[in-house]
Amino acid sequence: MSHTTTLPDTDTAPLIRPKTSRDDKIKAVFMAVIGLYLVITLALPLYAMLSKSFSTYSFDLSNFEFQVYKIDSWSEPVTALSLNQKLNVVTPAELSTSSDGRLGVTAFFPDFSFRSITRYKIRQINLDSSFLVGSERIADTEWHEFSSNDFRRVVLRPSSSTGLDNYKIYFSTPSLFKSIENSLFIAFVVMIITVSMAFGFAYALNRSTMRFKGVFRLIAMAPILVPSLLPGIALVYLFGNQGMIKGLLMGQSIYGPIGIIIGSIFFTFPHALIIISTALSISDGRLYEAAISLRASRWKTFWTVTIPAARYGLFSAAFVVFNLVITDFGLPKVIGGQYNMLAVDIYKQVIGQQNFEMGAVVSVVLLLPAMFAFSIDRYVQKKQVAQLSAQSVPYEPKPHKRFDLICLFYSLLVAVFIMGLIGVCQYAALIKFWPYDLSLGLSNYNFEVMDGGGWGSYFNSIKLAFFTAIAGTLMVFIGAYMVEKTNGLTTARSAFQFLAMMPMAVPGMVLGLAYIFFFNNPANPLNSIYATMGILVICTVTHFYTVSHLTAVTALKQMDREFESVASSLKQPFYKLLFKVTFPVCLPATLDISIYLFVNAMTTVSAVIFLYSPDTTLASIAVLNMDDAGDVAPAAAMGMMIFYTNVAARLIHIFITRKLMIKTQAWRVR
Amino acid sequence: MFKKSFMKTAAVGCIAAVSMIGMSQSTLAATDLVVYSAIEAEDLARYAKTFNEDHPDINIKWVRDSTGIVTAKLLAEKDNPQADVVWGLAATSLLLLKSEGLLDPYKPKGVEALDKKFVDKGDVPSWVGMDAWVASICYNTVEAAKNNLTPPKTWKDLLKPEYKGHLIMPNPNSSGTGFLDVSSWLQIYGEDGGWEFMDGLHENISRYTHSGSKPCKLAAAGEIPIGISFAFRGAKSKAKGAPLEIIVPEEGVGWDMEATAIIAGTDKLKAAQTLVDWSITKKANEMYNIGYAVVAYPGVAKPVKFFPENLLDKMIDNDFEFAANNRKRILSTWQERYDSKSDPKKK
Repeated sequence: MSHTTTLPDTDTAPLIRPKTSRDDKIKAVFMAVIGLYLVITLALPLYAMLSKSFSTYSFDLSNFEFQVYKIDSWSEPVTALSLNQKLNVVTPAELSTSSDGRLGVTAFFPDFSFRSITRYKIRQINLDSSFLVGSERIADTEWHEFSSNDFRRVVLRPSSSTGLDNYKIYFSTPSLFKSIENSLFIAFVVMIITVSMAFGFAYALNRSTMRFKGVFRLIAMAPILVPSLLPGIALVYLFGNQGMIKGLLMGQSIYGPIGIIIGSIFFTFPHALIIISTALSISDGRLYEAAISLRASRWKTFWTVTIPAARYGLFSAAFVVFNLVITDFGLPKVIGGQYNMLAVDIYKQVIGQQNFEMGAVVSVVLLLPAMFAFSIDRYVQKKQVAQLSAQSVPYEPKPHKRFDLICLFYSLLVAVFIMGLIGVCQYAALIKFWPYDLSLGLSNYNFEVMDGGGWGSYFNSIKLAFFTAIAGTLMVFIGAYMVEKTNGLTTARSAFQFLAMMPMAVPGMVLGLAYIFFFNNPANPLNSIYATMGILVICTVTHFYTVSHLTAVTALKQMDREFESVASSLKQPFYKLLFKVTFPVCLPATLDISIYLFVNAMTTVSAVIFLYSPDTTLASIAVLNMDDAGDVAPAAAMGMMIFYTNVAARLIHIFITRKLMIKTQAWRVR
Repeated sequence: MFKKSFMKTAAVGCIAAVSMIGMSQSTLAATDLVVYSAIEAEDLARYAKTFNEDHPDINIKWVRDSTGIVTAKLLAEKDNPQADVVWGLAATSLLLLKSEGLLDPYKPKGVEALDKKFVDKGDVPSWVGMDAWVASICYNTVEAAKNNLTPPKTWKDLLKPEYKGHLIMPNPNSSGTGFLDVSSWLQIYGEDGGWEFMDGLHENISRYTHSGSKPCKLAAAGEIPIGISFAFRGAKSKAKGAPLEIIVPEEGVGWDMEATAIIAGTDKLKAAQTLVDWSITKKANEMYNIGYAVVAYPGVAKPVKFFPENLLDKMIDNDFEFAANNRKRILSTWQERYDSKSDPKKK
């Protein structure tokens, strides 16, 4: 049955076969459509970016010819190349440049003086490049004559070719490649601190009987609901030069690694906590019973039972945190000061210097550690699945007064850290003019007079979040269904799986930049979606595809494949099964996917920073732009609007889930 | 059943959409003009409103961002321009766009009336200036007093050890204002002198920001006593009640102008030309004058509140061509000298 689509022989096949085969074909078509979507929105843009990084600009000296008027006649034409061979005024390294490169011509004439009466002529041999007179562009192959005074205004422009030059420039510029070290360092430090902190918190939640677990769990999830740069703003208010408690830093500046590390811990904490908490919650209670009967101390049990059981979760959390930090853009931009990080370098190259090729090079450099961390994480997660056996007994924590108190105290500290940063932002948003006018008011919410697009961007963000949640959930669920419930087509299915995994390894900045290169090409038939809400939705869905896909696959895996067999033997088409059984059963997971997409669409900055247009300014980008312009308090105000919106979305999500659970999930209760 | 009703709804929707598009084309004759701009956000609506008083049939759709981003956008969209007009972008950026052949030269009606400094030198100008945007130092008197600082009078004063860690300036690699400062110092002190000055300045700088207005806003908020920024921003913050003094260094200050240009290949050429024509009128210049003390139309400018009075005299004779044609070299030299330092400065 699993090979119906490949079997050529139909004579002996039972009557039921053509039916299933048609179903499989439809499923294959769906899979192909969504696979194609991923190719177009991910693989092709990345390819466009990769090729951009190899597109180089250099001065082609052999393409420019000069003549000099001496005494009473013009000299023989001579190329810049042969002049340079004689004089050696321009080194080969100086010849490779960027698209904005300019090379003055007077260097080739050692006796040049702009006061002299000597006249010069210049021309291009073929149309590959151009030269400028002042700012006037000349791209023909005619001779152009200049007085000495005008000739000094002539500069050559580079011609384009392909090669590794950009990478050579990158790795020979210390200010650029130093960022690799910085990014790795920060990611590594944050990885260690966040994982330890989250482990402690998860341990308290799962292994103690302390009170208020539900509240702590909620608070710990709060950072997911705000853009990653919001903690940066809070840190400025706390530890900046006018900070409320800047004394605690003992003269160290918050602008730099310290700020990035504290802020990164804040926004990566919930991600690590979810993974570690899951790992701790599935441990086998029997092992602990065995440890007690062997009279092992708590300490020994911890190291021989708890840690080994949770090790895959810890690894996985570590790599997820590493990846989040190294690809984050908003936080180092807000509080990084002079400390250069890779993601900010992309921004500086593209926005500051309009050097798209170098931006592409940095993107490729950033892609490597991100992909590495991601593939290790995938490898580790595969191992974890095999941990639990059917005989496992869930661990039940027993009350232990002192231990519970320590757990409570620790959890309280973490909760204060998280709520403190969010609270500071809200406070800052309400103060009229920090630190000179501490009266409270709503003047910072008057976004219309600030950079960033005003209240319009807030509503755009909600629109984007809605579209992303709806379109994304549909696409992800159908894609996951087809790949999970299709028979045969093993190669196609693993190709699809690979495509669906890829987005997670691609940093947002890289994706956004790749979209410019790919979609803003007039030759691209999809060019019309550039600068629309559509491209933002597509970009966001693709950016967050992987986690959604995994959630859907996990939910679908819970359903026995027998359902499909039964349906087909009852001659029911697959979509009937999908709508009547599979979809309702997987409803909680689908709702989870949609809220995940919604929240992330509200907070994302990195992927969309290169893609928004006047009609589609976004709240998260507005936070960044207002902070950038120095309007820090309004930035905090907008950040808090995002927070409250996400909280509201979460509440609605919980409400709907509860309602639907009663309606559709009654079968779960025996 | 579901299918049928769905098809019906879709069909009705399609018809509705088509008829709506048809309607909007027939009843609303207004032209939508996509205008890229780096004008301060708070001025956008006012500019559009004043323009619409004379030309209600042209509807401006703003794309507003900082100078760097707008320039990057225009360059990125080189082969497929989205903008019709650029209104309010640094001349340095427009020179860059011009050298890529992205601008459509046009001689607006009445351009002869403008100060020559403010018009592109091409036979048919590729861009025309609006107002000047002048570098200045924002000096927070309250914070300065706390740190026992004396107000600097010259750029060179800023090299004094007393200012160590109390200065902020924009990074020229991500801010147009930053580049304006750097190129002006290279013109004031010459190449070698300029870099020598910046070497000394770097010792006193606390950090470099990504945007040009941020140093002044940080100074206004007391986050730093001295921010190298521009006069316009300082005056605005001062008007809001910040304890600021706007200092114009005696050696002279760099400046750039906001200018207007038509993007080559626009399919709304007529409307674009109408806007550019209007952008150099006396009325438009009076409108610019509300925020900017120096405008392109001679005799229009009235003193702007909180603006330093000697500003016009202190503006250097800026060589925009030098700035544009040496931009890449200056930026990489700057990056090599000051941007590779990774350790944050201690106070």
